[in-house]
Amino acid sequence: MSELIEIERLTKRFGGFTAVDDISFTVARGEVLGFLGPNGAGKSTTMRMLAGFMPPSSGTARICGADIVDQPVAAKRHLGFLPEGAPTYPEMTVTGFLEFAGRIRGFAGSALDDRVAHAMLLTQLEGVRLQPIETLSKGFKRRVGLAQALLHDPPVLVLDEPTDGLDPNQKHEVRELIRRMAPEKAIVISTHILEEVGAVCTRAIIIARGRVVVDAPPAVLEEEGSTLDDVFRRLTLSEAATVTEDAS
Amino acid sequence: MAPALIVARRELAGYFATPVAYVFIVIFLVLAGALTFTLGNFFERGQADLQPFFAFVPWLFLFLVPALTMRLWAEERRLGTIELLLTLPLPQWQAVLGKFLAAWAFCAIALLLTFPLVVTVNLLGQPDNGVILSGYLGCLLVAGAYLAVGAAVSAMTKNQVIAFVLAVALCFVFGAAGSPVVTEFLSTRLPVLADIARGISVAERFGGFTRGLVAARDLVFFASFIGFFLFLNAVVLDHRKAD
Repeated sequence: MSELIEIERLTKRFGGFTAVDDISFTVARGEVLGFLGPNGAGKSTTMRMLAGFMPPSSGTARICGADIVDQPVAAKRHLGFLPEGAPTYPEMTVTGFLEFAGRIRGFAGSALDDRVAHAMLLTQLEGVRLQPIETLSKGFKRRVGLAQALLHDPPVLVLDEPTDGLDPNQKHEVRELIRRMAPEKAIVISTHILEEVGAVCTRAIIIARGRVVVDAPPAVLEEEGSTLDDVFRRLTLSEAATVTEDAS
Repeated sequence: MAPALIVARRELAGYFATPVAYVFIVIFLVLAGALTFTLGNFFERGQADLQPFFAFVPWLFLFLVPALTMRLWAEERRLGTIELLLTLPLPQWQAVLGKFLAAWAFCAIALLLTFPLVVTVNLLGQPDNGVILSGYLGCLLVAGAYLAVGAAVSAMTKNQVIAFVLAVALCFVFGAAGSPVVTEFLSTRLPVLADIARGISVAERFGGFTRGLVAARDLVFFASFIGFFLFLNAVVLDHRKAD
């Protein structure tokens, strides 16, 4: 099975407001999908539903064949998720935090130690392993969140703004890491930084007002317009304009 | 290890990593001791038992337990870690249970630290240690009942002050429902409600334990009381996760 993520008519309504409107797409092994959109377009909501945090209002998604609504625990086992802002428990040490995530994921003893050590190696956290997370800089905190998502070497990775708050060197390292893992995983990353899409993604989806407006490889997008920035502005602003016209 | 126990272990370590645990324990011990010896007339009554102590513990828990539970889910929401915890592969009820167990174990530790009182009465006389033991069991069950109420309230609101005030009020209702003031008032006007009030009263059940009575129906009461509010907690959490 090469389609590791299958999203089927996923919809989320908050009261009368539709945050995610009937989105469908699939992501295959080896793909890095860049999830783009203006703030409030429904990126985080889609990712939260995919990760099983929010139940969808209608529609569903499958991760490695496990339905997020019917088999939430099985779906979560196959998934590494970095929530928006990379939340962590501030009073815990880096090792303590990663061991907690590892234990919940069913690792114990030397297997747990190996997993934690490997995740810290990938995200270059060894230097701060015994520091409480609250004493770390923003870049380190983000990498702790990332290490937690990579810990169990999941086939599917969903990363909400993985490079936000990192300096240029750290951004480069995280992109390298994503590129290295790409061949054997299906990865979805959301970002505001359009150059990042060109740098790591094999495919880009732009959503606006809860709908998919574009689904194409970044190279194709760049050929159409002059730069990704222009394409992004044209698509998301025109979409907003059409909706306003409809309403009036 | 069951996921609930892994969550509980992390939570409990979290209490002791912050001043919360120490402030709670110190205040609890100071108040419990002071009230027992002053208002409780521990020496003057000339009896080797812990009745004065057991009389005050539920009232202390009424204020201290909501202080413990108000941050239970509110803190996870504030930090955003709720999104992390609930996207780890564990059933949601295990997370609810884990948090409750940690808080309960913490209350048990606070209660255990009142052991000098037990030593004192044993040095001064020959108390019935069975009654003392069942009294402690009752205290622990009252703590569990208040914790379950407080945890469910904490899942409802992001605001810690609201969570605290609501939890105190609700715990007070369950604590005071069986007191003579309430039941006498109700029995003269609405006799049906008086029975219900006695039936749901935590204090009424606790009274048996302080007299050395460990009745199966009281244990069932506390188990179903705690179970009900944990279930409510899970349901509320499911509907208001992202708020």
